Parts: sequence; structure tokens; C-alpha cells
Amino acid sequence: MEIVKESNGTALTLKLVGRLDTATAPELESELKNCLDGVQTLTMDLKELEYISSAGLRILLSAQKAMNKQGAMVVRNVSPIVMEIFDITGFSDFLTIE
Amino acid sequence: MKELSVAATIENIAPVTRFVNGELELLRCPERARRQIDVAIDELFGNIARYAYHPDVGPATVRVEVTEEPLAVVITFIDCGMPYDPLSRAEPDVHAPLEERQAGGLGIFLVRQTMDDVTYEYKNGRNILKIKKHLDGGGV
Repeated sequence: MEIVKESNGTALTLKLVGRLDTATAPELESELKNCLDGVQTLTMDLKELEYISSAGLRILLSAQKAMNKQGAMVVRNVSPIVMEIFDITGFSDFLTIE
Repeated sequence: MKELSVAATIENIAPVTRFVNGELELLRCPERARRQIDVAIDELFGNIARYAYHPDVGPATVRVEVTEEPLAVVITFIDCGMPYDPLSRAEPDVHAPLEERQAGGLGIFLVRQTMDDVTYEYKNGRNILKIKKHLDGGGV
């Protein structure tokens, strides 16, 4: 997986390219650990995300919990395949999906 | 029937996925089903890699079989590690408020929701987990 970062003041966009799964979730986890300081709006752009497994859902869940304390998180460009996973797991109930 | 035997490690999830995808391509598997199967492999092989032989590494076999009428693919995950039935796990509450959400149990839940059949047996010292997915537009 590739993570493309775009920072603009207190807004941070992370574009996830490839697969967010058991092997790649730790990359996103450590990225988030290091880059959320002072961020008020975190945007996850999933346009080029091929799929997400529970290992990736775990990271999105903790990112959402972290951002609720310091601002907001938005998830964008969700493909039908990824959206179905958000729906099945109830993640679409609490994620802000644009 | 084709099968691949490899060390059960996180690094080997990718080769296992490629192996299964190669078979699915021959069947002209629709993309949605293929992605659901990719996720199932990540969940199931990932679990074997993390827990079956912990803290050691052991072997696992992934077998792909095709049934016709209706067209379906059956993928079997076999390991000789600690006996563990992932289907015995309680289902997560997928409508709990965010603060109470835990990520545990979501993987096997996803597999059960997206596959047409999931079975487990422990036989001759082996964990045998089987998933079946219809490829003719049936299922989820």
C-alpha cells in the first residue's frame, strides 16, 4: 500500500492506494501515530483503495476515536466494494462518508 | 483441485492471494466476488499466521476446488496448529455506539457475511476451514 500525504494547515489528507489489510495496516497505524498532532480535519481518500479487511477497519476505528477528541474525520471516494464492507460491519453508521 | 503449501506467515498472505486469484481468473470470477474472497484470505490465512503456531512458525495449505452447477469455488485452509474454531466466536455488535466498538471478531464476521458457506472441523490434528462462494451471481 502507498500512503500519499497532503497537509494544509490543520487539515491533513491521507490518500490510500492499494490494499489495506493484515500486511499493510501497520504502515497506516504508524503513519497516524506520527502525523495527527495538531490536525483538526483528517480526510481519508479511498479512491484508489482496492479493498479493506478487518485489520484496516481496526485502524479506521481508532483513527475515528482519536479524531473525535481533536476535530473530525472524513472518508471520501469510497468504492462500492469498500462501501459494502462498511455497511456489513456497521462502520457506515459512524464514519462521515462524503 | 489445486493447492499451495507455504509457511503460515503474514508475508505469505500475498502469494496465497495471488495463487487463489490465478484460479479465479480462469473462472472469470466477477470483481466483487474476487475482492470478497481476497478479504476472506486475509482474514483466515492472517489468523493462521498470527495464532495457529504462536510463537513458532508452521505450515499451512490452501486448496482451491471448483464445483459446477451452480458454479462455485471452495477454498480450504488447513493448518496443524492449536485447535481453534473461529466460528465459535461470538458475533460483534455492529450497531454499538462508536465508543463501545471493538475491532475484535470483525474479520470472521465479514467472512461469514460475504461467503455462501463457511465450515470448520478439527480432524487428524488439523484445523480445516472451508469457505464456499457462488460465482454465478448468487450469494451476497
